[in-house]
Amino acid sequence: MSIVVDKSGPFTHGSNNVQRTMFTVLAALVPATLFNLWLFGWPAIFLFLVTMAACLGCEALCTRIAGGSVDDMLSDGSVMITGWLLALSLPPWAPWWVAVVASVFAVCLAKHAFGGLGQNVFNPAMIGRVVVLVSFPVQMTTFVPAKPLFSADAPGFAESLHVTFGRAVSLDNISAASRMGFIKTELSKGVPVSHSLPDYLLSHHSSASDMLMGFHPGSMGETALPLILLGGLFLLWRKIISWHVPVAMLGTLFILGTVFNAIDPARHADGMYHLLSGASFLGAFFIATDYVTSPVSKSGQLVFGAGVGLLTWIIRTYAGYPEGVAFAILLMNALTPILDQHFRPRVFGRTRKGAPLPLKGDK
Amino acid sequence: MKLFPIMGGIHPDYCKELTSEKAIVVLPMPATLYIPLQQHMGAPASTTVEVGALVKKGQMLGRGEGAVSAPVHAPTSGRITAITEVTAPHPSGLPTLTILLEPDGKDEWAELPAPMADPFTTLPQQIRERVAASGIVGMGGATFPSAVKLGLGNQYKLEILLLNGAECEPYLTCDDRVMREYADDVVDGARIMAHALSAPKVIIAIETNKPQAIEAMTKAAAAFDSVTVVGVPVQYPMGAERHLTQAVTGRETPARKLTADVGVVVHNVATARAVHNAVRFGRPLLSRVVTVSGGAVAEPKNIEVPLGTPVAELLAFCGGATNVKRYVSGGPMMGQPLPSLDVPVVKGTSGILALTKAETKESASRPCIRCGSCVTYCPCGLVPVEMAAFIRNDKLEEAAKIGVQDCVSCGSCSYICPSNIPLVHFFNYAKGRIAALDRERRKTEQTKSLVAAHNARLERQAQAKREAAARAKALKENPDAGRPTP
Repeated sequence: MSIVVDKSGPFTHGSNNVQRTMFTVLAALVPATLFNLWLFGWPAIFLFLVTMAACLGCEALCTRIAGGSVDDMLSDGSVMITGWLLALSLPPWAPWWVAVVASVFAVCLAKHAFGGLGQNVFNPAMIGRVVVLVSFPVQMTTFVPAKPLFSADAPGFAESLHVTFGRAVSLDNISAASRMGFIKTELSKGVPVSHSLPDYLLSHHSSASDMLMGFHPGSMGETALPLILLGGLFLLWRKIISWHVPVAMLGTLFILGTVFNAIDPARHADGMYHLLSGASFLGAFFIATDYVTSPVSKSGQLVFGAGVGLLTWIIRTYAGYPEGVAFAILLMNALTPILDQHFRPRVFGRTRKGAPLPLKGDK
Repeated sequence: MKLFPIMGGIHPDYCKELTSEKAIVVLPMPATLYIPLQQHMGAPASTTVEVGALVKKGQMLGRGEGAVSAPVHAPTSGRITAITEVTAPHPSGLPTLTILLEPDGKDEWAELPAPMADPFTTLPQQIRERVAASGIVGMGGATFPSAVKLGLGNQYKLEILLLNGAECEPYLTCDDRVMREYADDVVDGARIMAHALSAPKVIIAIETNKPQAIEAMTKAAAAFDSVTVVGVPVQYPMGAERHLTQAVTGRETPARKLTADVGVVVHNVATARAVHNAVRFGRPLLSRVVTVSGGAVAEPKNIEVPLGTPVAELLAFCGGATNVKRYVSGGPMMGQPLPSLDVPVVKGTSGILALTKAETKESASRPCIRCGSCVTYCPCGLVPVEMAAFIRNDKLEEAAKIGVQDCVSCGSCSYICPSNIPLVHFFNYAKGRIAALDRERRKTEQTKSLVAAHNARLERQAQAKREAAARAKALKENPDAGRPTP
């Protein structure tokens, strides 16, 4: 009889595994994604499929080059999250090659050049988005109003193929400024959000509740806030993420917005606007919480989240871009190794500094 | 009673229902007992019998050697057939010196030390001597000689003897059954130990998933004001000495110190029962209760087993095992893999598990995704992901700096890891290497200082010689110089 003695215990294991974790995240994204695909129609569906296919292809290629098991890599689900989040961060009517370029940079450069799953410093999806954002500003800021599938003014299947795969389609006649872009421009002119937001709604024939649900121009993940929030709460409930990063990030953003809005309403958007705009929710629940690129300790996660909130607010307020979540997350990703070093839990029986606890009676 | 939270920890599948309602049964005497001379931490015992000798039940077979050691005794009467090297019940599978005893079936007792009629008027020292002579060691699995631990009262001012009935390891129910079936013996043993320690209070801590044990123990302790029974939350590793101390008293034992430094000594319930038998009846430790369990075992049982019984016989008594993925001695979290089924049950064997593939859930490791679960669930506040990264890169000093030596190897991190990374394996390796390097360094330093002392001595001698030669020369040249002036 042969008995295997090759490792120390434990000789049992919890039911958690990488696939289950990754697929739970994907499940949390499904409602918001379906809603957005419906909202922006066939071009959005094509773009989503192109992004996923490109990311999976890059993953397979890189894994093969590195000599790993392609089946293992694809089955762990991590690259699907990258592709999915990347697709959500692109303008829904962007041309196919923007998605492909973003995917190549996300998967090949941001992930595999660093050593693959678990080794990357920066969130791959955000690298992909930022590379195309700075390289192709026109395509990346051309947004279209919501044209739900099967509605009167939605493009048909063939027309949609042309939008995604055609050569240099001009969307000028239907394109619209994203809400954040519009409001940012107005703020720079000294028009407070309390004026510019109603203007924006009026010009888009929409209401505040439409806006909240996502019936407005923007990246896929920027709309449908209730569904994104629902997904985030699902992840919290399944204990895939903890509250630390989202609460720290959204809390910081809200507090900064509220405080500065109180000081100078003409120049600063209020806290609620910051919370409900752009990618705040998507970033807080799905991107900043990325395991690989955020700190492992709870105290580190609080600092990390607060940092993302602060940088997002700074970029939205003072920088050239109307939205700053992606940049903010990438900047904080760079700090993660340092945060990991400085924010460790207190070791049992030791002080925060690592010395053994003093005994009663010790001086 | 007010309890205190402990950090981290997990809630594994306990699977205790396999054996928790199975009353302790006595194993029929096996054909041969294999009694290792080392069943405890510390120096091995040295044989006091010859091959061929006829021994009686309870007779000493090996004497404890040195300050930290324990004797071994004959679990029954019979003949010593050999004293030889046999595979040790240790994952190394290395041989250890073992006495082979062939029972004669008569089970005749040797002359035992006189029972202590009233141990509470006996000097603590005498109780410790009795416990030492009875070969009692920590029966929770640590196997530290109990008499040494009972001597802590000499150096520390102790307030509480904390009796550990947490039994937080999955599958194991031996302590549960002992507490239910021998509650009075356990309470008596605990009170005797508290007397030996000069500790005024006894607290018996039992996880709340053992309501019958809590009830039985509460009833047994009712007559004694100094003894309290407390139910503690079901949270692995509640039974770890320092964590249980913190949960019950709120006192956190400083790193590199003992619980005695915060006024608490922890002993296992089975040890208390053994002390009761030794003090009240003069009986040395000859058997223990072992839980034989796991999905692969036909009829899981709690069995009173003579020390030295081969594991294979235990399994046969339980109807054998099929579809076994792994054999484990102890619990699945901190137990040791069994190198062979021929190894004997020893004083620290709390369980023998035969686990199926579905139970071990072993699968290949995947890359770490830095999910931080290991950090969240570590009951010691460590960062396993970082320690493992350092160890993988052979940076043992860095790993030590962030506390690898404070790891209690409870296995919570490995259990929870979604990538199935054997984190505890890394930490055990590192702890072993660091200890070995430490020993080596001390040895080198010692050698260096000896060499330095040797060189200094040679130099002194040479110097003395030179001075003597100079004096002789001076005397030769000037014979009067050496004379004292009148």
